[in-house]
Amino acid sequence: MLEVQGLTKKFGGFTAVDAISFDLGEGEILGLIGPNGSGKSTTFNLVAGLYAPTAGSIRFQGREIGGLKPAQVCHAGIGRTFQIPRPFRKLTILENVALSAFYGQNGKVSRATAWKQAEEALNLIGLPYANDAGIDGLGAAALKKLELARALATQPRLLLADESLGGLDEAEMEQAADMLKNIRREKNITIIWVEHIMGVLMRVVDRCIVLDHGEIIAAGLPHEVARNPQVVEVYLGSDADDLQAQTSQRAGEGAR
Amino acid sequence: MIGRNWIIATALLACVPLAVSSLYILHVLITLLIWAFIYTGWSLMGRFGLVSFGHGAFMGIGAYVVTLLWNLQGISPWIGIPLGMLLAVAVAVLIGYPCFRFRITGHYFALVTLALTEVVRSIIIALRDTTGGSLGITPASALKDGATWSLTALQCSDKRVFFYAALVCWLVGIWIWQRIDQSMMRHAMQAISQEEDAAASVGVNVTRAKLTITVISAAMTAFGGALYGQYQQYINPETVASLGVSLQMVFAVIAGGMFVKLGPTVGAVFTLLLTEGLRVGIGNQINSLDSTIYGLMLVLFIIYMPDGILGKLMEKRRAGPRAA
Repeated sequence: MLEVQGLTKKFGGFTAVDAISFDLGEGEILGLIGPNGSGKSTTFNLVAGLYAPTAGSIRFQGREIGGLKPAQVCHAGIGRTFQIPRPFRKLTILENVALSAFYGQNGKVSRATAWKQAEEALNLIGLPYANDAGIDGLGAAALKKLELARALATQPRLLLADESLGGLDEAEMEQAADMLKNIRREKNITIIWVEHIMGVLMRVVDRCIVLDHGEIIAAGLPHEVARNPQVVEVYLGSDADDLQAQTSQRAGEGAR
Repeated sequence: MIGRNWIIATALLACVPLAVSSLYILHVLITLLIWAFIYTGWSLMGRFGLVSFGHGAFMGIGAYVVTLLWNLQGISPWIGIPLGMLLAVAVAVLIGYPCFRFRITGHYFALVTLALTEVVRSIIIALRDTTGGSLGITPASALKDGATWSLTALQCSDKRVFFYAALVCWLVGIWIWQRIDQSMMRHAMQAISQEEDAAASVGVNVTRAKLTITVISAAMTAFGGALYGQYQQYINPETVASLGVSLQMVFAVIAGGMFVKLGPTVGAVFTLLLTEGLRVGIGNQINSLDSTIYGLMLVLFIIYMPDGILGKLMEKRRAGPRAA
């Protein structure tokens, strides 16, 4: 579904992403992890069209999308969320999502359909929206949900989730992880999930790519990656033991 | 959605020329309606954060194209008005496209548009042999041999005719405002005005949305300028194409209320009362007193009443029953 080949992004003399390649199958959840400054957000923004690649190609469903603008990437069938939620504050919750459904499908659906799809997306995410409820007063978790609902309403085939767990407490993280799994099951959407916290993510993703200094240092199944000495060294530092304990426990859960 | 109140209000307004014989009052009402229409056109952009100081240029283009075509080529305003609007739209796209494409927003957008007004004013003055320069220009009169009106020249000595033309024009302006308010484009523009990247990421073509609204706004303003010229039968750069005119639009809309349908109209009433009040009360002895007062009041409005007079009143009315 998505093939990334030799993707490179330079900002002046600094190489943020250095010739990385990976691919992604239909219905997969791929975790893209790495410490701050590792290039994962840049990779994410390259796929989402916020940046144009310096070199390399991004093929989505057989079509080159590298260098397309964000709106075109969205119309091609890729939805994204923002790490720091960016709600449209002057619009109600429902309007936020309905707008996304309408424009995300390039105006090819009627307004009535857009509104219906918005309600579906909000129900799937579990964000209440009654009584023309506005954005003010929504907490961090609700805003993250709104980001997801907005991205889903554009009816994507591929969802790019940017640090959907950031700023959430333990229980909310578990909930968010379940939600992403649920989204994949219900809508058969492929997901790239960028996160710098590994814990909960490892339970949900099928495969994992670890970036450091703009290069892929490890790729594979979550529990393999977590045991990779290079990953442990550059990324996890002192939390390594803790993390290994978590992932092996979860791998056990998954097998059951 | 045309409510009963609107029909009654329009009917009442339509009766004014029958009831009022004072030419002065009629004149004030005509200019009021034309300005209210132009302000409504400006507010289409202003309400979405596109604060333009370039609308003096669009108004000037509308007024001058029509008058010059008529005077120089004998081309009827019926053709001149669409051509003037077309030229204004072309200029709007020329300025707007690069601004929107390269994300020139906020203060920088205001500055670019401010320059546009000045460029158009300078051109009018530089071409003084054709345009009459800063002395202005009068459309050649088609009212000869005691004729009171000419359809081809869009001239008429009866103010009542202009009153009805201005009334229809204003109603159309309100209708356009309302159509946009009820469209998905309004949602898109509100989203863009706050989170441009996020709006783009959910599929909104930001440049196209901004250009669309700019084109509508420029076309309306050019039309208003043309109508103003036909009514006044005299235009000069100061009254239709200056920075002063652009500022007046910004001030009136902010004072009246940028985010509500009748805000620009209330702004037109307010500025008119202010100008006429100053003229009658103080006279014309103190030069640019009105501009000074506009500037001062603009600051006060932005600080204390950013939603304008009507916006504030409506907010109070909404809050009223709940508080009681």
